[in-house]
Amino acid sequence: MKALEIRNLQKTYKNGHVALKGIDLTINQGEFFALLGPNGAGKSTTIGIICSLVNKSGGSVSVFGNDIVTMSAKAKSSLGIVPQEINFSQFETCLEIVLNQGGYYGVNRKLAHERAEKYLNKLGLWEKRNDVSRTLSGGLKRRLMIARAMIHEPKMLILDEPTAGVDVELRRSMWNFLTEINSRGITILLTTHYLEEAECLCRNIAIIDGGMIIENTTMKQLLSKLNRETLVLDLTTTIDGIPEIDGYPIRKIDPHTIEVDITRQQGINHLFELLTENNIRVCSMRNKSSRLEELFINLLENNNRD
Amino acid sequence: MSAKINLIAYNTILNKEVGRFVRIWIQTLLPPAISMTLYFVIFGNLIGPRIGTMSGYTYMDYIAPGIIMMAVINNSYANVVASFFSAKFQRHIEEMMVAPVPNFVILAGYITGGVARGLMVGVIVTIVALFFTDIDVKHPVITFAVVLLTSVLFSLGGLINGIYARKFDDISIIPAFILTPLIYLGGVFYSIKLLPDFWLMISTFNPILYMVNAFRYGILGISDIDITLAFVIIILFIITLTTLALYLLQKGTGVKT
Repeated sequence: MKALEIRNLQKTYKNGHVALKGIDLTINQGEFFALLGPNGAGKSTTIGIICSLVNKSGGSVSVFGNDIVTMSAKAKSSLGIVPQEINFSQFETCLEIVLNQGGYYGVNRKLAHERAEKYLNKLGLWEKRNDVSRTLSGGLKRRLMIARAMIHEPKMLILDEPTAGVDVELRRSMWNFLTEINSRGITILLTTHYLEEAECLCRNIAIIDGGMIIENTTMKQLLSKLNRETLVLDLTTTIDGIPEIDGYPIRKIDPHTIEVDITRQQGINHLFELLTENNIRVCSMRNKSSRLEELFINLLENNNRD
Repeated sequence: MSAKINLIAYNTILNKEVGRFVRIWIQTLLPPAISMTLYFVIFGNLIGPRIGTMSGYTYMDYIAPGIIMMAVINNSYANVVASFFSAKFQRHIEEMMVAPVPNFVILAGYITGGVARGLMVGVIVTIVALFFTDIDVKHPVITFAVVLLTSVLFSLGGLINGIYARKFDDISIIPAFILTPLIYLGGVFYSIKLLPDFWLMISTFNPILYMVNAFRYGILGISDIDITLAFVIIILFIITLTTLALYLLQKGTGVKT
């Protein structure tokens, strides 16, 4: 079953800015899907159109087979939205905000109360249910928007940069929550600028740039395209010069740390053998940047060149 | 969407709207009571006796229906324009736009909220008026029908203003420069029969004249205009503004990009 099907979606704003140049995107039910792209690429416009906050200029969008224009009520009922910007009343309590959202979706008050308790508890907000929303921290406000989006238990959750400006602990707990609801069958579409977040959570990915989808594949396939990685090696002993090892460009960061470029064909074992022959002992190793980040930058650079 | 689901959505919007103006009662319910008391004291008690009777009633009795109607009009309008614009400004209007709430339910919720405040203020001002006059309602059904329809009409006006408003200035321009002059020139404080022919003719183009006079007819049994015509005008305005409001909501004016 297709959770989301976008065909030739176009958007030109009144000022003439072409935000979307005819994108196609399909997300199957149960997927955890990442939509990535630089600022201004068209991510939020796409999400805005899916949730009926932006009027499309052309193309079609259907949610679980329901067109967002001709069968908007059914399409909207299937969606839960966590927008990028805080968009709840600053004068209402957390509980009121969640209950009212339930009301807009036709959830009766009793059921809405049960669900509000469930999701506010899960997101660590139940104790603050009677607090006026403007008194919450930035991270808690984002959690509140997730609880609000879940009140009608949608089949698909759309999150537009949900962890922007959220501290590590809160972000990790949000990841756990999202992973858990995805395992229950809820389809998730996530946009984020934290690429390790997408790499860690999502199984499928599309990259949008300049209003066009430039990549749309599984995370595994995408990462397999990465031919060269840069490893950062922490050494047990200090080194004076830059060691020279054939086929492995090495850069010295400090006497205890070096960077090595390595291709997929070379393999790490061979590198370590050569390092050992040169009396270089490694105590730990990490990628210089996330693999997805390297791919993302490569793709954007290639797209800009084209 | 089933009727039951729509009803839940409608109740949610209405409860939110009523809760909003009750929560800030010092800004919404108290000021009309104070300002209308001042009208009664100044125009009724101090100036009124010098004016004498008007259409057979003391000046205080004569202006009481107009003052009540003025409060209803202002508050119905102000409630919806402020609430809708605030929802746009804080972006929580999006809560409704992303949900499967039909536009007519959104419209009905906001309008009922405006009517609730308009009528509540109307009752408060009536209670204030009872300290100064002995209001004896001659035609209760007409009185209620006129005040209800007028409140609906100005709630619709407030909603349309709220839809178009882009900044806070925009929600005060219409009340200050259009609504207030029309109310004051709509026969709240005088009978248009006192006007020269030219100004009397000009006054007949003021829709608020019909509302104020129809309400006055309901309470005192006197009017400068034909009551049937007043109802026709009010209903025509309601139909026109409802159509416009639904069209704007459907189009997403002021909300969608």
